[in-house]
Amino acid sequence: MSAPSAGGASRDGYGAALLNLAEDSRVVVIEADLGKSTKSCLFRELYPERTISLGIAEQNMVLVAAGLASCGKIPFASTFAIFTERAFEQIRNGLARPGLVAHICGSHGGIHTGTDGSSAQSIEDLAIYRTIPGMTVMHPSDDLSATVLTEQLLEHPNPSYTRTARNKTPRIYTEDSVKALQIGKGSILTEGDDVAIIAIGVMVNKALRAAELLRSDGINATVVDMHTIKPIDTELLDTLSNTVSGIVTVEDHSVIGGLGSAVSEYLSETSPIKIHKIGVNDRFGESGGSEELLDLVGLSVESIDAAARTLL
Amino acid sequence: MIHKAGAGHPGGSLSAIDLIVGLYGTQMNIDSNNPDSPHRDRFIMSKGHASPAVYAILKEYNFLDQSDLDGFRSLGSVCQGHVDMKWTNGVDFSAGSLGMGLSFGIGTAFAAKMESLDFQTWVMLGDGETQEGQIWEALMAASYHDLDNLHVIIDRNRIQNDDFVNVQMEIGDVAKKVEAFGWNVKEIDGHDMEAIVDALQWSMETSGPSAIVAHTVKGKGVSFMEDNPSFHGKAPNDEELKAAMEELV
Repeated sequence: MSAPSAGGASRDGYGAALLNLAEDSRVVVIEADLGKSTKSCLFRELYPERTISLGIAEQNMVLVAAGLASCGKIPFASTFAIFTERAFEQIRNGLARPGLVAHICGSHGGIHTGTDGSSAQSIEDLAIYRTIPGMTVMHPSDDLSATVLTEQLLEHPNPSYTRTARNKTPRIYTEDSVKALQIGKGSILTEGDDVAIIAIGVMVNKALRAAELLRSDGINATVVDMHTIKPIDTELLDTLSNTVSGIVTVEDHSVIGGLGSAVSEYLSETSPIKIHKIGVNDRFGESGGSEELLDLVGLSVESIDAAARTLL
Repeated sequence: MIHKAGAGHPGGSLSAIDLIVGLYGTQMNIDSNNPDSPHRDRFIMSKGHASPAVYAILKEYNFLDQSDLDGFRSLGSVCQGHVDMKWTNGVDFSAGSLGMGLSFGIGTAFAAKMESLDFQTWVMLGDGETQEGQIWEALMAASYHDLDNLHVIIDRNRIQNDDFVNVQMEIGDVAKKVEAFGWNVKEIDGHDMEAIVDALQWSMETSGPSAIVAHTVKGKGVSFMEDNPSFHGKAPNDEELKAAMEELV
């Protein structure tokens, strides 16, 4: 899978999915001011009677979603990833604990969010939501997969958190290939027996490019888009751990608690395989261009390539 | 209930019980044979530590029986320490963390409007609870969206966990503050049943969201609990239970 076509940002995919879901009258969209950024504004424009604007008040937003869910509605609430964290306890106690189903979307996740600086760069969202019992946690890699996975939430039995990204990145999927995606099932993008690279979000594209570098030296890598971090696809992890000599995990997220942790937690009990975690190493970001920042913290094609070679 | 469990919140249950009796007796459209009816009125007990008051009224309305109440706070009991919709028929909110109930009530009130259902949402808040910022987010949102099917009762018992509210962090003239957020507000004596019933009806007839600030006495009806911060979250011992029951019955 080389030279993917330019696409949209995963947040655009979220906005498109809401429009596709609109024909179900149970769907309600909730905003805390940032609808233009999260792309829920597209739904608001066409369905104002099913869009609730609550101002800059994330804690209130989560419980309003819970109340709607208790009456049979399917709320989709969004703001920046970092600001959902302000309502963590509301999501834990007010939404997930009573078993209510609403879907939280945090856009602008990760350090690649860029020039806004460290206050906007959520690098711990996936970790904290993963700790909530019954919570589904996702981070799609492009706009098309964000659309398909968000659409699948309509019949999903659990509350969820989906992180989307601010910036456009090359498409991973085609209109056709994306149809095979399923919540909870990792997506194998290339296959190779030497090493596996498991990535999420904007790092999936870099993982594919690293795999090409490896291939030019005769090293065959499997690349997985693990768009669902919880529940993690343990069946796929079992298969990989029996096939390759090592696994690299790659995420624009803290190395503490995210994808790398989820993979390690499972495989440390089932397999002796070596795992190398690439992510943000327990530090905050700063203002800068997306690519500059990713390079600054070591989230690069080169670092993935180098890590993979140490596992052969 | 609380004595048997050896833990619980008698003070805030006794301050709220007259209000709850008035509400269930005159307004709440509920049916224990159909606890999930989409048409049922919602009572959102945001000060969820006053769960004994809720369980007591739910027993009166046949959602619970005495054995359920006897299990209060014990493993597997439908009567959890704080009211919890996941565990108890007739409970429509999972409380325990203060400040969240009014926002939840905005959600149910919105759902009613979207589905053209005429059920009402009644939310009870503690006065100490209004120290939570989320309450003011919700007050602002409810008036902006003109949710006339949303009603709030504030149990102004002047005591919170550690001490009197005015010692911990005085909330001042809460009626004026809520009014400034665009609500209709009425202040009453929260132990005067006629005033309670009138205020509830006033709330039904008022356009826009409305709040009743009910001045109450924490531990009402038990002399040694009244206005006593130490009975916010403490179970009575054997002697205290006996004395309390003699005063109450």
